[in-house]
Amino acid sequence: MPSIAKPIAKHPTLQKNALGLTIRDYEGSMSTLCAGCGHDSVTAGIIRALWELSTPPHRVAKLSGIGCSSKTPTYFVGGAHGFNSAHGRMPAIAGGAVAANRDLTYIGISGDGDSLSIGLGQLCHAIRRNLRMVYVIENNGVYGLTKGQFSASSDIGSKSKRGEANLMAPIDPVSMALSIGATFVARSFSGDKEQLVPILKAAFSHKGFALIDVISPCVTFNDHKGSTKSYLYTRQHAMRATQTDFVPPQHEILAAIGTNGATAVTMHDGSVIQFKQVPKGYDPTNRASVMRFLDEHRASNQIVTGLLYVDPNSSDIHEMKQTSETPLRDLPYDVLCPGSAALEKLQEEYR
Amino acid sequence: MHDVLRTRVNDFAVKLANVNGTGSASANSLIMQAIFRMGIPVTGKNLFPSNIQGLPTWYEIRVNHDGYGARALDYDLMVAMNGQTYKQDVQEVRPGGYLIYDSTWPLDPSLMREDIIIWGIPLAEMCNTHFDDPRARILMKNIAYAGAMVAALDIDMGVIEQMLDEKFAGKQAMRASNLQALKLGYDYAKDNFECPLPFRLEKMDANGDKVLIDGNTATALGCLYAGATVAAWYPITPATSVMDAFTSLCAEFRVDRETGKNNYLILQAEDELAAMGMVLGATWNGARSFTSTAGPGISLMNELIGFGYYAELPAVLIDVQRVGPSTGMPTRTQQSDLLLCAYASHGDTKHILLFPANPNECFHFAVKAFDLADQFQTPVIMLSDLDIGMNDWVVPRIQWDDSYRPNRGRVLTKEDLDNGPKFTRYSPEDENFVAARTLPGVSTKGSYFTRGSGHNKFGGYTETPSEYQEVMDRLKKKHAAAAKFIPEPDILRREGAAFGVITMGGCNPACLEALELLERQGTPADYMRLKGFPFSDVVEQFLAEHEFCIVVEQSRDAQLKSLLTLETAVPKEKLKSVLSYSGFPLSAAHVVKGILECLR
Ligand SMILES: Cc1ncc(C[n+]2csc(CCOP(=O)(O)OP(=O)(O)O)c2C)c(N)n1
Ligand code: SF4
Ligand SMILES: [Mg+2]
Repeated sequence: MPSIAKPIAKHPTLQKNALGLTIRDYEGSMSTLCAGCGHDSVTAGIIRALWELSTPPHRVAKLSGIGCSSKTPTYFVGGAHGFNSAHGRMPAIAGGAVAANRDLTYIGISGDGDSLSIGLGQLCHAIRRNLRMVYVIENNGVYGLTKGQFSASSDIGSKSKRGEANLMAPIDPVSMALSIGATFVARSFSGDKEQLVPILKAAFSHKGFALIDVISPCVTFNDHKGSTKSYLYTRQHAMRATQTDFVPPQHEILAAIGTNGATAVTMHDGSVIQFKQVPKGYDPTNRASVMRFLDEHRASNQIVTGLLYVDPNSSDIHEMKQTSETPLRDLPYDVLCPGSAALEKLQEEYR
Repeated sequence: MHDVLRTRVNDFAVKLANVNGTGSASANSLIMQAIFRMGIPVTGKNLFPSNIQGLPTWYEIRVNHDGYGARALDYDLMVAMNGQTYKQDVQEVRPGGYLIYDSTWPLDPSLMREDIIIWGIPLAEMCNTHFDDPRARILMKNIAYAGAMVAALDIDMGVIEQMLDEKFAGKQAMRASNLQALKLGYDYAKDNFECPLPFRLEKMDANGDKVLIDGNTATALGCLYAGATVAAWYPITPATSVMDAFTSLCAEFRVDRETGKNNYLILQAEDELAAMGMVLGATWNGARSFTSTAGPGISLMNELIGFGYYAELPAVLIDVQRVGPSTGMPTRTQQSDLLLCAYASHGDTKHILLFPANPNECFHFAVKAFDLADQFQTPVIMLSDLDIGMNDWVVPRIQWDDSYRPNRGRVLTKEDLDNGPKFTRYSPEDENFVAARTLPGVSTKGSYFTRGSGHNKFGGYTETPSEYQEVMDRLKKKHAAAAKFIPEPDILRREGAAFGVITMGGCNPACLEALELLERQGTPADYMRLKGFPFSDVVEQFLAEHEFCIVVEQSRDAQLKSLLTLETAVPKEKLKSVLSYSGFPLSAAHVVKGILECLR
């Protein structure tokens, strides 16, 4: 994808994180997306989250499929390796990458076309494998890069730019993920950084697959009147069901626990997700109740946002498969090769 | 074309007709293994249906003291255990040959043949009297006919008993009932017929320390020894047993003794698209990784094979070929994925291919595939096939050189990056047109974007014609440079040869035998067995040296011939074809006939 290098003008007063890096150190090349594209805001959120978490840039691996959304890994963490794969195939590439090295921080960026049509199968299976990665769907209800076709997340009745209404039921990645056992599920809106950044931070601390569906409007092909993925419609219908704070390990929990039956969830690494606000009776660790809540609100055309479900005891693929703690790619060859004597002995069975 | 020579010691063919799912396989391999242990060259071919239970299945055993192991086409002995196929089976016995059938039920007189000798043995009846359990009665019937064969062919009973000891160590009851069933058949044959038959076995010492192994197991061993840690696959005949074997090998050799943790990860993917993606993700991240599949899987993997080629990521694919197109005949063998693999994926792509001809080569070529993939940073496809992969072959024992170290190709370390010039992904290139790569997680100095979209030699996105072409031209040269690193073809010259015969893979035994037969008939030919692609100068030279060459292969469309025409300087007119694409392994008779037709 075309990209333009950003001038490296470091501002001396820019704040530094624990690694002594400024937020600019987490940026990538200049975006070439349309001005106002929701995807750029998601990029900004990712940059902020990783900077605040002080994740070493070279320990990040960023992957994507194909689409406008999938171009965005070029625009964040320039110091990280990136893998812009094929359309709908990023979940599998990520599966192999995670298998080879369990120690990196993985972020996958996809679109609604990439994840809910051509790549739906791979997404589902990545969820089932519970790969340890953050998986962001930049959901604009449209194929941006191929210029405006309906995607599988288009709502019934939502109108294309040419005025044609979509008649088929949408695939909601959040409900889908919950139904197949996803261990971390959130939805946010590209226009709500305040909500998105803490969700991303929590997602990075999750030991498993963290799915974040981000409504991210396409200003060029799906931001008109009649579209249910426009900025206006999303602003009018988004309902912040939960609001969270992310407290990294060893940090004092400062914020007061919210009133509305709020709760705190401690993650495997000792970090805490603080639910400042949750609806009455809502338990973000109870899958069935979350699914019920979503169903009820969908009926009234509300777009429920927030960190919706988390399983703090999630076990990822390596835990399930009992893989070596040392990343597989770092195992020395001597450990891997049984040697000539073993081969000799083994072949006695083939006599 | 039966041969009087075949009524001699250690030179005959047996065919066993069974119903699949009845447990005949273990009886058949018992016989095969016993002959092997008697030191006699032997081959076994399983001709089986794509079905779990109830359909016809055949097993062919060929014994040949000279070591010719291709499929034989006429049978000295038929063990006809399947009523559904009697008619056909009876016809396939050579005149003067023998047939054993289960005489519990009378044989339809119309199936009788005057020119063969028929042994009726009441196998079911005997087993019903001696065994109570209904399942045991069915299974033991197989062991009972094996017993009759022991008597008929003069198989060493001591060898058989030893094998039962090993197989049923700690399971005395099982051992006893198997031996009992064996003796039932053996005694019946001895008491009622003249044993042994005119064609029979005699101990030899031709197998030395050879092993009896199938290609898929050997392939899995190769992947283990190459240091593969991530494997991704989707079940498919005839490749499934590669991953089954790799799984059990890993359970034995790759579990850390202290921690109990696994030094491998096998991912059963949701399909072959995903399997290929997983391999690329793993190699991008520095692990050795492979997938095993068959034609339908290669079709699905195409998009990402092209990604691996263009983005220059190592990958090892094991294609155990079966009969296409489409689902084709999943349990039959062919070499018809050749062109698909050579140029897999859209756009201008070319891949490195290896053609093992037997299980021993499956092992070594699998290891080689990993080295080539890493060295050339590209997908490498090893083209095995069902015949090599799933049948047991007698091959030289696999030798391992402990000084082997994987060739991981040009991968920069943190130190390289800290001390070296600024890293760019696709330049500078070495003498083989390969540029250094970096792995994620090592240093921000090595970071770059792996992409399947247009890129320039620095790894940056491009749509500029000259920049795009520069990379594409280098990729072409890189592929050509790999020719030097591919195992050289086996070349066998004969005095007075007027033409050459060229083949690959599993056609080898039939061709070697055919060339011997042709020489005896006064038609000597030179021989070249290709071991991989791209083709080296040696291949060009062989083609240039001969007035014409006959390409023997297992596909309808003469794919190897096409590849030679496309990728060497040979004029099309200089190549002729002998083709076999029935799905059964090639026989020498077929090759001889085909070559003689070409010469007419
Ligand atoms: C195999 C394949 N088919 C089709 C395409 C064409 N294509 C490119 S992007 C895209 C849709 C992208 O939509 P989405 O994932 O929603 O991303 P967006 O551009 O909306 O962010 C399609 C169909 C392709 N690149 N590869
Ligand atoms: S077409 Fe839509 S999705 Fe693509 S960059 Fe423009 S606004 Fe964003
Ligand atoms: Mg989209």
